[in-house]
Amino acid sequence: MRFLARRLGFYLLTAWAAITLNFLIPRLMPGDPVELLVARMKGNVDPAAIDAMRRAFGISDASPWRQYLDYLGNLAHGELGRSITFFPTEVSTVIADSLPWTVGLVGVATLISYLIGTSLGVIMAWKRGTWLDGVLPAATFMHAVPYFWVALALVFVFGVTLRWFPVSRAYGLDVMPGLTGEFARSVLYHATLPAITIVLASMADRILGMRNVMVTTLGEDYVVMAEAKGLTSRRVMWAYAARNAILPNITSFALSLGFVVGGSVLTEIVFSYPGIGSMLLKGVENEDFPLMQGIFLVISLAVLVANFLADLAYVVLDPRTRQETE
Amino acid sequence: MNVLEIRGLGVDYLSGSGAVHAVSGVSLDLRRGEILGLAGESGSGKSTLANAVARLLRPPASITSGSVVYRRQDGSAVDVLALGGNELRAFRWKELAVVFQSAMNSLNPVITVGAQIDDVLRVHAPRMSRNERTERSVELLQRVGISADRRRSYPHELSGGMRQRAAIAIALALNPEIIIMDEPTTALDVVVQRDILAEIRALREEYGFAVVFITHDLSLLMEISDRIAIMYAGRVVETGTAKALHRAPRHPYTLGLLRSFPRLRGPREELPGIPGVPPDLRSPPPGCAFHPRCAMAVAECSESLPVLRTEADGEVACLLNDGRGVS
Ligand SMILES: Nc1ncnc2c1ncn2[C@@H]1O[C@H](COP(=O)(O)OP(=O)(O)O)[C@@H](O)[C@H]1O
Ligand code: SF4
Ligand SMILES: [Mg+2]
Repeated sequence: MRFLARRLGFYLLTAWAAITLNFLIPRLMPGDPVELLVARMKGNVDPAAIDAMRRAFGISDASPWRQYLDYLGNLAHGELGRSITFFPTEVSTVIADSLPWTVGLVGVATLISYLIGTSLGVIMAWKRGTWLDGVLPAATFMHAVPYFWVALALVFVFGVTLRWFPVSRAYGLDVMPGLTGEFARSVLYHATLPAITIVLASMADRILGMRNVMVTTLGEDYVVMAEAKGLTSRRVMWAYAARNAILPNITSFALSLGFVVGGSVLTEIVFSYPGIGSMLLKGVENEDFPLMQGIFLVISLAVLVANFLADLAYVVLDPRTRQETE
Repeated sequence: MNVLEIRGLGVDYLSGSGAVHAVSGVSLDLRRGEILGLAGESGSGKSTLANAVARLLRPPASITSGSVVYRRQDGSAVDVLALGGNELRAFRWKELAVVFQSAMNSLNPVITVGAQIDDVLRVHAPRMSRNERTERSVELLQRVGISADRRRSYPHELSGGMRQRAAIAIALALNPEIIIMDEPTTALDVVVQRDILAEIRALREEYGFAVVFITHDLSLLMEISDRIAIMYAGRVVETGTAKALHRAPRHPYTLGLLRSFPRLRGPREELPGIPGVPPDLRSPPPGCAFHPRCAMAVAECSESLPVLRTEADGEVACLLNDGRGVS
C-alpha cells in the first residue's frame, strides 16, 4: 500500500503542477490576451463576452496571489469560464456535453482493441514458427499506418461508396436523444465506423507489443517448468506465460487510455463526432482560449487518472509490488 | 534394474554457423532408486541431455539419433522420444519430474507456491477434491521443511533455499519414479546447499525415486551420488560408483576434475587441474575430443575416437586405459 500512497502523492503533485501551469501560461503571454482577442475580432465583441474572457483568464487588478486563489476556488466549483465559440455557454458545460461521447466511443474502442490485440499477440507468440508468422508483416504495416488514413479509407469504402454506415454525427437527425432502444441503435450504428477505425489503427501495436514480450516470457524457466509439469497447453499459455507477459504491457495500456481523450482528435474530426476532439478543433478555429485551456486541463488529468489506474492494475496483478519492505 | 535406458543419443543445436553437437552418442542407464551424478564443465551438454530425456528441448535443438526407454515397475517399456499429447503430459511429472537450477526463475512469480503445487494435482489427479489437494500441498511443503502457512506465499517472499525446497516439493507431488535435478543447489550458499543435499537423500530413502543429479561440482557429487557419469564435449567419458571414481579415476579428464575443486560459481574459468578450455562443439577436435588438453595424450588420440568400454565397476572411454586407473 505504501507503493500506491507514494504514487498517489506523485499524481496529486503533478495535477497541481498542471493546474498551476494552466493558470500561469496566459499570464506569461505578452500583452493582455483578452485585448488581443478583441482586436482580432475587430471589436465586434459583446462587452459581456469581454468580461467573460477576463474572468476566464482570471484577469483582474487583484494581486497575482489573490487571482491564483480565485482561480483555484473557481476550479473547485468546476468553473472554467465561458466559451467564446458557444457564448454564453460555460466551458464546463461544453466539456460535460462532449466528454461522454469521446469516452464512450474511444474508450470502448480502445478496450476492444486491447482485448483482441493482446489475445492475438499471445496466440501468435505461442504459435511462433508456424504460418501465423505470415501475419507479422501485415501487422507491422498496420502499425505504421496513421489513424487518419484508416479513417479516410473506411469512410470512402463503407460510407461513401457502399453507403453501409453513416459517415458523420453521433446519432441520426431523426431520433430524439433519450433512453430509448431507437436512440441506442442509432448511436451504435453511427459509432461503428469510427470505432473500427480506432480498433484497426491501434490493434497492430497491441499485437506486436504483446507478441514480443510473450516470446521472451516463453523462454523463461517457469514456463519450461510449467510444461514439464504436464499442465495443459491452455494453462501454460495463459496462467504462466500470458499472465506474466501482460505486466510490461500495462504501462502502454495506461498510456493509450490516457490518450483516449486527447488522441481521438483526428478520428472525431473525420467523422464529425461531437466529442472532445471536435470541440478542441472548434476552439482552435475560433481562438477560444477558455475552451482550449479547459480541454487541455481535462486531457492532462485524464492521463494522470489513467496512470493511476495502471498502478492499481500493477498492484492487483503483480504480487511483487505489494511487498511492504524493499 | 534400470528405470531409464539412454542409447546412442545425439542432440544438435542448429544454427547459422553450423550445428552444435551438444550431445553425441550418449548411452547411460539410470537404476531404480539410485542417485546418478552427472558432472562435467559448463557447456559439456549436461542440461541438453537432461532436457532431451524430459522432452523439454525446443528448436533449434533437435534429436539426431538414439533412443530413450523408460521401464515401468511392471517391466513394460515406454519409448520416451515417441510420446506425444496426453501420454507425454502424463509421463512428465507422474513418472519424471524436474528441479531446475534457479528456483527463482522456475517458479511463476505471480502465483502462490501452494497454487503451483495445486495445479499439478488438479491436472494429474482430477479425482482429488479441493480439500484433499490443499492437504496434500501442506503435507508436501512440510515434508521439505516449509511451514503450512507458506502455502500462500509468493516466490519472492521466500529465501533462495526455501524456493528450491518448494520446487522440490512440487517435484514430489505425484511420487515420480525419476527426478532430474539440474544444478539445483548451484545458486545457493554452501550451508543451505548441504541442508538441501541431506534433504534430497532423506527423501530418496523415503520415496525410492531415482535421481539424476547434475552439477559441475564433482566434490559435491561424490558426497551425494551412488554412481557418477562424467561428460566431456557432449560425450560420456567415464562412469562408475562414486567410491571407485574417487579412489581410482580412469579417465584423465576425471582426474583433472578431481584435482580442480571447481569453485561454486563462475563457470567458464580455466580449471587448475586441466589447462585450456572446452572445445567448440560445432567442430570438436578429431579423435578424442579431450586430446588438446590431455597431459597423457599420445599420437593416436587425435585420430581414433575412444569408445566407452565396460570395466570392473564402471565404463571409460580413453585409448590409454586398460582398466588400471590413471592416477
Ligand atoms: N539454445 C541453444 N542454442 C545453441 N546452442 C546451445 C543452446 N543451448 C545450449 N547450447 C550449446 O550446447 C552445448 C551444451 O550446453 P548445455 O547442455 O547447457 O551444457 P551444460 O548444461 O553442461 O552446461 C553448449 O556448447 C552450448 O553452447
Ligand atoms: S584418449 Fe588420449 S587424449 Fe583422450 S583422454 Fe585418453 S589419453 Fe587423453
Ligand atoms: Mg546446464
